[in-house]
Amino acid sequence: MNAVKKAIRDVYGDTLAQLGRENPDIVALDADVGSSSKSIVFGKEFPKRYFNVGVAEANMVAMAAGLATAGKIPFANTFAAFMVLRAADPVRSLIAYTGLNVKLAGTYAGLSDSYDGASHHAIADIAFMRALPNMTVVSVSDPVEAELATRAVAEFKGPVYLRLSRAEVPVVLDKATYKFEIGKGVTLREGNDLTIVATGYMLVKALEAAEILADKGIRARVVNIHTIKPIDRELLIASARETGAIVTAEEHNVYGGLGSAVAEVLSQGCPVPMEVVGVNDTFTESGDYEKLLAKYGLSAANIVAHAEKVLKRKD
Amino acid sequence: MSLSKARKDYLEGLCQRLRQDLIKLLYSIQTGHPGGSLSSTEIMTTLYFEKLRVDPKNPKDPNRDRFILGKGHAAPMLYQILSERGFFPQDDLATLRQLDSHLQGHPCAKKTCGVELSTGPLGLGLPAGLGMAMAARLDNKDFRTYVLMGDGELQEGIVWEAAMSAAKFGADNLLVIVDNNGVQLDGTVAEIMPMGDIAAKWQAFGWNVISIDGHCVEAVSDAIDLAATVKGKPTVIVAKTVKGKGVSFMEGNSAWHGKPISKDEYVNAMKELGVNV
Repeated sequence: MNAVKKAIRDVYGDTLAQLGRENPDIVALDADVGSSSKSIVFGKEFPKRYFNVGVAEANMVAMAAGLATAGKIPFANTFAAFMVLRAADPVRSLIAYTGLNVKLAGTYAGLSDSYDGASHHAIADIAFMRALPNMTVVSVSDPVEAELATRAVAEFKGPVYLRLSRAEVPVVLDKATYKFEIGKGVTLREGNDLTIVATGYMLVKALEAAEILADKGIRARVVNIHTIKPIDRELLIASARETGAIVTAEEHNVYGGLGSAVAEVLSQGCPVPMEVVGVNDTFTESGDYEKLLAKYGLSAANIVAHAEKVLKRKD
Repeated sequence: MSLSKARKDYLEGLCQRLRQDLIKLLYSIQTGHPGGSLSSTEIMTTLYFEKLRVDPKNPKDPNRDRFILGKGHAAPMLYQILSERGFFPQDDLATLRQLDSHLQGHPCAKKTCGVELSTGPLGLGLPAGLGMAMAARLDNKDFRTYVLMGDGELQEGIVWEAAMSAAKFGADNLLVIVDNNGVQLDGTVAEIMPMGDIAAKWQAFGWNVISIDGHCVEAVSDAIDLAATVKGKPTVIVAKTVKGKGVSFMEGNSAWHGKPISKDEYVNAMKELGVNV
């Protein structure tokens, strides 16, 4: 892959600041990780609209709720792991319950904070967030999508969990033609032998896997599900019907994330053989990001293996 | 400005009637929390009938004062006051905690007109109130945000995260009132988790502290006025109260945090509140 690489978090930080220039109601909060989440870019330009509450994630999210009741559009920023684990109560009890217009930006999601270890990896955040009524869950795949998604989330009315990565990732989407609409999946590669449904950085791996499969004469369709909730049922059912087999891929536990969400739709809408690629219900560890992903099965090679497996189950 | 004799008499009479109505209501539905409703009666009544700039005809006025019931389990008293103030019909009160009612067991901002924040899980009212206070500042609005908390609620760690933040941001448009009734669900606060010197704790967190008798409507009114004159830091009113105030067998008794009222208890409680049933 020779594509240009950019860090998702840098794109997010720049976009948030740009949104701040366009809309004075946008405010940002951070819990002492502004230099990591890159909310600091907004904070430097708009110090009065930036609240750094120190190491107090729940307090930050509850404050964001209060700001939203008075018409502000707060972006609350912390590591994804702490957004769900430390701030879970205000996320549920204040924001989701009342449907407050708060944007929960969970950065360093999945294994992207690789060297910090399992304590800082987030592999249960999608499961928690999508189990909350009223919550919309958006997961970002590449730098182009990071900008478009952040913009769409700011314009959307209602609570959103925005899942972001620390990692530098290649640009795989074409900014000139790519359309981002919350709730709408995107077919990025046509094929009729099976569909690979991916979210986040695993979309890049899915596109690589489709290339490898093509060399073996297998035509894989690739669908990007950036909105895990509400999920694009129509696109998933059509893909299942037309290709007859599904492999999902996500940087998350195999329980409760994209694979579960897709299975919920297809088991009722169009049951076909399906395989789930994700962290296999285990705690991860410290290490180089790409090596870590490979060790825990989050690789193009493992998607290919699961594609071949699911094809054997196809009638 | 101190309360006139006429206003004082009016508020005291209203508190007495609200206590009677509360016992009647909780007896009729056989569920709900009497203790913490009775300890906060004077505080909430003085706020809603003397201080808060709210208008039931324009409940979403962006300039309105905000009241947050941090101790959400005192919802029955809040609902009675909101209804008395005209936010919704008094007949609705009988539906409290029942299916299809807009009156949930704990306050729900989405369902009930006049409720500013969904509360119940303790400790979230203060940080959310701070968010409202910061929104007022950003918009150059002069509305004030009031948060009523229980003393048991102060055991939640997030309260002190928010206390630090409010001091850092100099939130002088935020006022906390602690309903310091000394009793929590499992027993007295002294038994379960002694809070020590509550006033000193807030002071150490950078707050202006006023200590009062929370059953004296004049003291509540004066303290709220005094707090509004303090600039540069948030104020907390530590209001000494009695859990279950007004019904002798409920007073200071943790069993009455939340339990159904029997026929005999109902008759006796109403008698103590001046009504023969």
